[in-house]
This record gives sequence, structure tokens and C-alpha cells, in this order.
Amino acid sequence: MITLNHYLVVAAMLFAIGLAGVVARRNILTIYMCLEMMLSAANLTLVAFSRFHLHDGLPDYHAQALVFFTITVAAAEVAVGLAIIVALYRARQSVDVTTVTKLQG
Amino acid sequence: MPAPLFYLLAFITLGFGLLVVLARNPVASALSLVMCFSGLAALFVTLDAYLIGTIQVLVYAGAVMVLFLFIIMLLDIKEEEKKGQRLTAVVGGMILAAVLTLQLTSMAGSFPLAKTKLDDKPLDISAASTAAKDKNHPLHSMQMIRKDLDAGKLPDTALMGQTLFDQYPLHLQMMGLLLLVGTVGVVVLSRRDTAKEESKGA
Repeated sequence: MITLNHYLVVAAMLFAIGLAGVVARRNILTIYMCLEMMLSAANLTLVAFSRFHLHDGLPDYHAQALVFFTITVAAAEVAVGLAIIVALYRARQSVDVTTVTKLQG
Repeated sequence: MPAPLFYLLAFITLGFGLLVVLARNPVASALSLVMCFSGLAALFVTLDAYLIGTIQVLVYAGAVMVLFLFIIMLLDIKEEEKKGQRLTAVVGGMILAAVLTLQLTSMAGSFPLAKTKLDDKPLDISAASTAAKDKNHPLHSMQMIRKDLDAGKLPDTALMGQTLFDQYPLHLQMMGLLLLVGTVGVVVLSRRDTAKEESKGA
């Protein structure tokens, strides 16, 4: 039988996979994709809680409204982030994060 | 919902999610992410969130991933070289992921709602229909939604729209502004400095 716990565990694992990718990979585009995966994992948690927290027999639509806003913000973030990546590529001719270490001190 | 379906969808989502991290070729990563997001959208649908599932496919698996693939092909990125792979980062990432998964899973089961079975808590449309008859209920004046509820259907999109426009109108407009600012920001960021280049050429 599927419980809320099942969904939370799947979301946790998806988030962890994304985190591992962000830490381990060097290609900035792959890192960015892993970030998107982590955002989606958080969305899955919200939708699962919305479904299990019934109001008058209906799902809690406040949580789904929050997911809607998260997806919108993520879409805007992807557009700006990819523009920054393109600008970075123009400056360095590389998408390897190890070539960008000016702020490392 | 039958349990095998959940496990299949979870397997698709997590399996392709893992492929995103493991694939050397960025195009393979991006295509795996499309499948991962599609599996996630299906999981949303199993949770009766039809509109969110549709948006997930349209915005994430569609628009966002096309943008990613477009940039990958525009920059003509070669496959990552194996020799430079930092061992500490790979091991550290794996340990971090394992610890985080353990922490979250051990915590997830510790509150009362977590043990609730999905089939034990079905949507109760008739209860919603009865509750909407009350004059003070926010759905009382929503004729379309109430008609669907009375017929025993879940008007998912209409309820979502009612929540967004009735309770979060300001937030919705702020989202519009945010997208506008994002668009302007992208144009500014990706604009070549033509004045500088012309002076260089001359």
C-alpha cells in the first residue's frame, strides 16, 4: 500500500541525487540540470502533502498554488541562468566550473 | 492506485535522475532529465494534481529542456574528459547524498500523517459539494465548480484558478513582473557589447 511516506522518500532520494550531481560534476550545464531536479523534488513533497491534507474532501490547493509559483520562478531562473552560462562561455570558452575560480580567494 | 504503478513511476523518475548525474555527454543528461520530469509528472497525476502534472510536462519537460538542449548545441560542448574528474568531489557528493537520504527518510516516517495510505484517504467530492452549499464557503458562488462537484467530478483546473485568482492575485501579478524582469535580464546579459567591438575593429 502506498503511503505519504513513500512519496516523501522518493522526493528525498531525487533531491539527494541532484545534490550529488551538483557536488560531483564539473560541467556547469549538468550542475544546472541537477539544480532543476532538486527543485522538482521539493515540488513533489508539496504536492504529496497537498493530496494527503484534505479540506472538505478536496486536496489543499494552497500547496498546489505554491508549486505553481515555484515552477514559474524556476522557469525564469533557467532563462537567466542559461544567459549567464552563455556569457561565461563567451569569456572563457569553457563550461568547466574549475576554470572559474576568481571568487575562491 | 495500484502499488506496482507507483513503484514503476518512482523507478523511472529516480533511474533517469541517476542517469542525468552519471552520463558523460550533456545531451544524454538533458534527455534523461526529460524522462525524469515526465515520470515526476505522472507521479503528480497519481496524487490527483492534474494541472500541476500538465504544467510539469509543458514547462519543465517541454520549454525548459528545449532551452537546455538549445544552449548545449549552441555552445557545441564536448564530452567531459575522464582524467580531470576530481575524486574528492565524487566521493564527497556520494557521501553527502547518502547521509541526506538517510536523514530525510528516517525523519519522514516520524509524524502521524506519514503512515496514511493513499487508498484510505480518497477524495470526497460529495463532502466538498455539501460544504460548498454553506453561504460562507469560498466556493459557494462558484457556479461552474459547484456544478462539477455536484456531478461527482474533480474540477482540478477550475479549483486551482479559483485559489490563484481569489487568494493570491497580488502574488500572481508579481510572478508576471518577475517573468518580465527575467526576460529583460536575459536580453541584457546575452547582448554583445557592439560599441566595444566596433572600436576594436577600427
